[in-house]
Amino acid sequence: MIRLEKRPQASQAFSWAAPVLAVLATMFFGGLLFAALGKDPLASITTIFWQPLFGDFAFYYRPQLLIKGAPLVLIAIGLSLGFKAGIWNIGAEGQYIMGAIFGAAAGLAFYPTESVLIFPFMILAGALGGWIWAMIPAILKVKFGTNEILVSLMLVYVAEQFLASMALGLLKNPEGFGFPGSRNLQQYGSAHNAELIAGSGMHWGVVAALIAVIFAYVLLARHRLGFAIRVTGEAPRAAKFSGVNPTRLVLFCMGMSGLLAGLAGMFEVAGPAGQVTIDFNVGYGFTAIIVAFLGRLHPFGILLAGGLMALTYIGGDIAQSQLGLPAAAIQVFQGMLLFFLLAFDLFTNYRLRMGRAEVA
Amino acid sequence: MKLSTLLASAALAIGLAGGAYADDKTKVGFVFVGPVGDGGWTYEHNQGRLAVEAEFGDKVETVFVENVAEGPDSERVMTQMALDGADLIFTTSFGYMDPTINVAAKFPNVKFEHATGYKRADNVSTYSARFYEGRAIQGHIAGKMTKSNIIGYIGSFPIPEVIRGINSAYIHAKKVNPDVEFKIVWAYTWFDPAKEADAAKVLIEQGADVVLQHTDSTAPQAAAQEAGNVITFGQASDMAQYAPMPRVSSIIDDWAPYYVARTKAVMDGTWTSTDTWDGIGAGMVGIGDITDAVPADVKAEALALKASIADGSYHPFTGPLKKQDGSDFLADGETADDGTLAGMNFYVEGITGDIPN
Repeated sequence: MIRLEKRPQASQAFSWAAPVLAVLATMFFGGLLFAALGKDPLASITTIFWQPLFGDFAFYYRPQLLIKGAPLVLIAIGLSLGFKAGIWNIGAEGQYIMGAIFGAAAGLAFYPTESVLIFPFMILAGALGGWIWAMIPAILKVKFGTNEILVSLMLVYVAEQFLASMALGLLKNPEGFGFPGSRNLQQYGSAHNAELIAGSGMHWGVVAALIAVIFAYVLLARHRLGFAIRVTGEAPRAAKFSGVNPTRLVLFCMGMSGLLAGLAGMFEVAGPAGQVTIDFNVGYGFTAIIVAFLGRLHPFGILLAGGLMALTYIGGDIAQSQLGLPAAAIQVFQGMLLFFLLAFDLFTNYRLRMGRAEVA
Repeated sequence: MKLSTLLASAALAIGLAGGAYADDKTKVGFVFVGPVGDGGWTYEHNQGRLAVEAEFGDKVETVFVENVAEGPDSERVMTQMALDGADLIFTTSFGYMDPTINVAAKFPNVKFEHATGYKRADNVSTYSARFYEGRAIQGHIAGKMTKSNIIGYIGSFPIPEVIRGINSAYIHAKKVNPDVEFKIVWAYTWFDPAKEADAAKVLIEQGADVVLQHTDSTAPQAAAQEAGNVITFGQASDMAQYAPMPRVSSIIDDWAPYYVARTKAVMDGTWTSTDTWDGIGAGMVGIGDITDAVPADVKAEALALKASIADGSYHPFTGPLKKQDGSDFLADGETADDGTLAGMNFYVEGITGDIPN
């Protein structure tokens, strides 16, 4: 008989092996799925994982990985702080939208004035937008004890309505023939989050994501606040005794994740996306939750996980076009990644035992 | 600059390689905003793609990517298709407009066709269909069929395209039934079965016995079927599975003739940048079979109206017409020009409520 036995101590090795095993299992079962759809499994997997990195047109796809990965990493870093402390901000998508709206509005308010001060101002506005949106569930939680998971999630839908209203009303391009969508910030020099080196994919959002990774690492490893976050997640009672102020912690973690999500939205709208449109948000805020867990809530893990997730998106689109794989199959493939990760995670705290349990 | 040079040289290299291998297959790419199985908008574009394959067989290769988000993702997918050697790329959603222009600038030798937009370039054409022509026929049938005199309308987004449809349907319903009243609900989505079903239920509760929709799912059809005695029209696709009731007819987007013609033009080397806005006459807008739930005389009138629009003898926006605020829109016998139609942002006289802003 096979049964699960709790490990006396969480296995450090398994904690790091789980993501690798999850990727391998996803490749294997994903391959089976693709085979069942009548596609060559090996070709499918190599198209998804190999082509963007080392294929004929890698010179184009590698920069795209940065563009796709940067918002994921930026948001996931913020989320991981809260997740570590057991504070669950599920509404990063809404904060991302608000950051984009605030940032774009701050820039467009000055159109067509050109000034080097506009872009920094937009960055501040974007961060503020995300922060405010995250403070709503945070304050409701500390004041009234509401559940931050529900409130932050519901606020995503409010933000989406707000986005539609902005794209159709206040921020609508006056020269857009009545069509929805703002002016294109890519065509407004002072507000454009352009590539720092043309063709590299490196824009300010990528820089911000890398800074956030380092900042989060230092915070968690070296700072008192990082200690408070870790101890609250691992042993809430001990945290209380050691003088951690839970209210401040909630406000900090929610605020920080909102701020970073807002920044991600701002960099996206000012750069790769260019416009505030009705369908501006494409789910980065939700995917970042997967990225945060795939990266073990560790800053450098998140960096790798963000890259991997971006790879499956870009490779997935290539596979759709070159091999005719349906979009749904790619989504199942991405879903498998989280599923297997959670499954293998079980073995961090438990191990399999063969044979009969001894009678105590 | 550097990237575009790189891309251009890559494209050139592919072109040369293609020549060397005598690969004379024309490659046509399609970028879809929804899943090909949505039963509406994307489904019909995919039917157009299949028609291209059926028409040219071995001479073409078609590729598509579905569920492509508007914005940077669509730009990447288009670039990828161009890199993979596509000769012609159809981008089938309004939100792909700026990405299409961006990518087209990097690949001057690839032809692009953007649906429902207004930005063109030497290698970018635009195309759309005059759905409002179909709305006129819908309005006529709706005005004749309603007993409660309340017609419900599920709007997607308050953009000229949708407002044009509402106006066209209203004008022709009013013409045959002066007591008719339109109730408009904005769903703020193109495709969301749950929201669309809710909107339909609200309208039916408010007494509507005809529900028109500018959203793409069949959910309003199902809601009407459940309520009984409510009629609907298929949108974008025929939605014949709901015939003969509640679906009494439909507006069908038929992209196949256009896609075949444009692919042919690329093969022949006669492709040029154009702006196409075709309607019933050219076959881009189809009217689905009018079922027996509609009395024979109404059906005959509807078909006559269709014929007069098709041959150009009647324009759905013919004066005298006033705007909602009472100001003059069109004088007696005057017809609306395409510029006015394209940017239409007002209701005609008689429609109550405001266009959301």
